[in-house]
Parts: sequence; C-alpha cells; structure tokens
Amino acid sequence: MHNMSSPGASTTSLSKPLSPWRRATNVGFIVLASVAAVLVLAPLVAIFGYLLYKGIGSINVAFLTATPKPVGESGGGMANAIVGSMMILGLGSLIGVPFGIGAGIYMAEFGRGKLVTLVRFTADVLNGVPSIVVGIAAYAMVVLPQQHFSAVAGGVALGIMMVPTIARTSEDMLLMVPNTIREAALGLGIPQWRATLQVTLRTASKGVITGCMLAFARVAGETAPLLFTAFGNQFWNLNPNQPTAALPIQIYSYAISPFDEWHKQAWAGALILIVLIVVAVSAVRFVTSRGTMANNA
Amino acid sequence: MGVGIEVRDLNAWFGKAQILKEVNMTVGANAVTAVIGPSGCGKSTYVRCLNRMHETNPDAKLTGSVKVGDKEIYGQGIDAVDVRRKIGMVFQKPNPFPTMSIYDNVAAGLRLNGFNKRRELDAAVESSLQMAALWDEVKDVLKKKSGASLSGGQQQRLCIARALAVQPELLLMDEPASALDPISTGKIEELIFQLKTQYTVVIVTHNMQQAARVADYTGFFLMGKLIEFDKTEKIFTTPSDKRTEDYITGRFG
Repeated sequence: MHNMSSPGASTTSLSKPLSPWRRATNVGFIVLASVAAVLVLAPLVAIFGYLLYKGIGSINVAFLTATPKPVGESGGGMANAIVGSMMILGLGSLIGVPFGIGAGIYMAEFGRGKLVTLVRFTADVLNGVPSIVVGIAAYAMVVLPQQHFSAVAGGVALGIMMVPTIARTSEDMLLMVPNTIREAALGLGIPQWRATLQVTLRTASKGVITGCMLAFARVAGETAPLLFTAFGNQFWNLNPNQPTAALPIQIYSYAISPFDEWHKQAWAGALILIVLIVVAVSAVRFVTSRGTMANNA
Repeated sequence: MGVGIEVRDLNAWFGKAQILKEVNMTVGANAVTAVIGPSGCGKSTYVRCLNRMHETNPDAKLTGSVKVGDKEIYGQGIDAVDVRRKIGMVFQKPNPFPTMSIYDNVAAGLRLNGFNKRRELDAAVESSLQMAALWDEVKDVLKKKSGASLSGGQQQRLCIARALAVQPELLLMDEPASALDPISTGKIEELIFQLKTQYTVVIVTHNMQQAARVADYTGFFLMGKLIEFDKTEKIFTTPSDKRTEDYITGRFG
C-alpha cells in the first residue's frame, strides 16, 4: 500500500466491507437462485422417490423374467414388455436418429432460402402435433396396409416423433461450430460431404447426441401412439412384425385395472421404465465420450 | 519442390461488389511473396482465389486465369477439391479441429482423403510437426491432448503442420501471425524462412515490418488493384508508385 498506488486512488476501497444494502441484495439473489435450483430438482426427486417407494416392493426375479399371469393368478412379470419396449425404441431410433441428424445437417450446412425455412417450420409443427395423431398416422401408414399391429408400426410412430427434436437440436449445434473449422477442412482438400460428417458433425457431436438422448427419453414414455400400432401383447414376442408388448401400455392397462396386485406391478413397471431410460442415456454418453476429445481438455 | 504461380486478368466479386480488378502477378517458385495493403483492399480474397477457397462463399464470382506450376486451376474439368489438396492454407485465426488430438489434427488431411497406413501416418505426423517446429513441445502428448489445449502460437504451428502433412506444392498464409504475441510471431516468421527451401509461400500481412523481414517479393494492393509488385527491397526503399510510397511511409492505411 505505498508507492505502487497512483495518487488520488483510494487504497481503502478494496478492503472496506460491503455496504449493508449490497450485502443484502447479494444474499437475496443467492437465495433466489438456490430456491429456483431446488424447485427444478424437486419434481424429479419426488417422482423418482415415490416410484421407488411404491414400486421397489414388486420388483423381483419373476417380474423381470416372466410374462403376465392371467387375471386371478398372482405373480407374473413384465419381461415381455421390457424387451418389447427396447425393441420398439430401437426401431424408433433407427428411423428417428438418421433422419433427424440428416435434416439437421441439411438445414445447417447445405440448405438455402425458402426450402430451409419450410423444413424448419415443418419440424416445429411436427414437434407440436399430439402424439396420438402421430399414432394414427403410423396406423394408416403401416398397420392398415399390413392388416395387423406390429413393433415396426410402433417404431415408425416413435421414430416420427423423434425426428423434429433431433433435427432442430442438430441444426442448432452445427450452427455453433465456427466457420473457421469448416474452412480448415475444405482448405485441406477434404470433399465437402466428408468435411461435414467427420469434422463439422464431429465437432458438434456432444450437443447432437444430447438431442438424440432427449428425443429418446421423451418417446420412451409415450403410450398413446403405441395403443393402435404396437398394440401390446400378453405373451413373448420377438418378431418385430407381430403385436408387441411395451412398458407404457402395460403400465396403463394395469393401472386402470381393478386389481391391487396389478396396481403394484404398474408402479414397478414405471420404475423399470425410468431406470431403463437412465441406463440407456448413460451408456450412450459413456460410449460416445471415448474416442472424441473433450472440447477444451 | 515448390512451383510458381501465374495470375492473369483476375477479377473477383462478392455479389455485385467487385473485390479484385484485373490482377496480374507472377509468383516465383521457392520464394516468399508477401501481399500487403490496407484493410478491405482485397488481399485475403486474392489468396483465397489461388486455391479456389473464394468460391466456397455462395455469392462469390470470379474471372481470369490462375496457373499453379503448369496447371490452370480454373480449367475445365478441374475439381476444386483436388486443387486445395495440393495447395496448403493457413488462416488468420488458429483453427485446429477442437475434438481431435494433436496427432489426429496433423493426420486429418491424409486420413480424410482415405489414407490409412499406420506407419506412414506416424512418419508424416512426425516430419510435419518437426518442420513446423512444434515436435519437441508436443511429442509426449500427441494422442493425449486435444489441439485446442495448446497455446495460440502452438495452435498456429499445429495448423501449419496440418497443412504441410498433405505435402502441398504451395503454401498460402492469410495473416498467420496477426492473432499472436511477438514471440510466437517470431517463431512463425523463422519457420516461413525455412519453409521456402521446399515450398513456394504466399503470405498476406497487414504488418509491413513482417513483409520486409520474411518476403523476397512484395505486392501492394489498393482497392482491389495490384498497384505495385517487385522485390521487397525495391518496394520498401524506392517504390515507383506514389501510392505505394504513401502507404509504406504510413501516410494512410
């Protein structure tokens, strides 16, 4: 505190305690932000906690390995619905991920003028279409021509629902990649399609994957579009061209049933559904985080 | 070995704005040619015409002829991608691929053109980094660290190594040191001096001292026209055009 400070500059201002008013607003805003954070987390924790409380008691080996028992018999499980859900979600992702990312690449990298606006507008509208309407569309496109319900029809419905979310997040993430990165790739004599896939998309991969996971998690719980596409099934079925059980349908029909044991199984099914989503999302994150360097590591 | 460039009657536009007007220039092989001029004079556009990067902008237009070696790069049936593969480019801001390791950055040009032989890739990465004077600083973290984790000066040398790895015949540099500190700038300039033994180098710079230090020939651009092009010594001591003299003596720009 001597010759370093310029004349006139007060050396005490840095060490002086904050005025009471500034201290109060500071504390006030920290409290507000903390309350907001708790409010965001609370519903998730509450839902998961309640599911655990209600559902964990009914989860046992039979629940995970057996098919449903007929009315009146106790026991049985949802194994066929667990596998069926995975199958339908897998088929949905096979449709939703490539078309969604493809549309995102088109909008961000190649499209010009009115067509891009049209694609973007269509994606936003599709995002707002009620899921049951998407189910009807899949019913008309797949079930009617084939004359039977199937996992494929359910996958088509969920896939269509995934496309807009994935397309819009992919577009946003690709647009965040600086143009200098594209120029660097083109300047090396890399063809544009390759530069787009292996440089631009790779640079945006973290966000694009987040978009895919978001869409996946959202459709994983959809019931309405599956009611008249995958339809549900009380028995084992591994043929994607046959009516297939799915967790949301099973939860729905058990929850509205008059039987106490079925109610308990519905809770257990809901818990398994959430766990499946968390496991799937974490697994994809883990696998894709290797092989790509973190942006600033 | 480097090759020379023959530019004839080059005109370039963005939309309706004409950026370059009737540029003629003969760039000697294995020499450093500097392009100087005030902001907006078209010097960046000019070098981007030399490897067909200009046309990556949808509004861009161009007429004239550019011969690199004995090949007309705007000739019929010539693929812009092939042209760029043979002409390396280093940009104003260091732009390593952020999600790739140091090794993958240098190997990118080869790999993404379908070249995948492990041992030869290793050799190309090492020699390119050696040439860019970066090898000793990064050899232990080649595959562990991302290109974006390096300092600005190191990133720019990484970008030079990346450009050299595809063994271009020509190296274009668009203000490669303008975002760097003086020590890094010194390193890049030293590097340019060494590169000319093997490459023809064209460097855009807004720093006249830099042009005087590194270039054998210097061209002065003003409002899209090449006003004067001669030996660097001549341009900076006895320019024949009044406008060149005004610019280098700091009367405008």
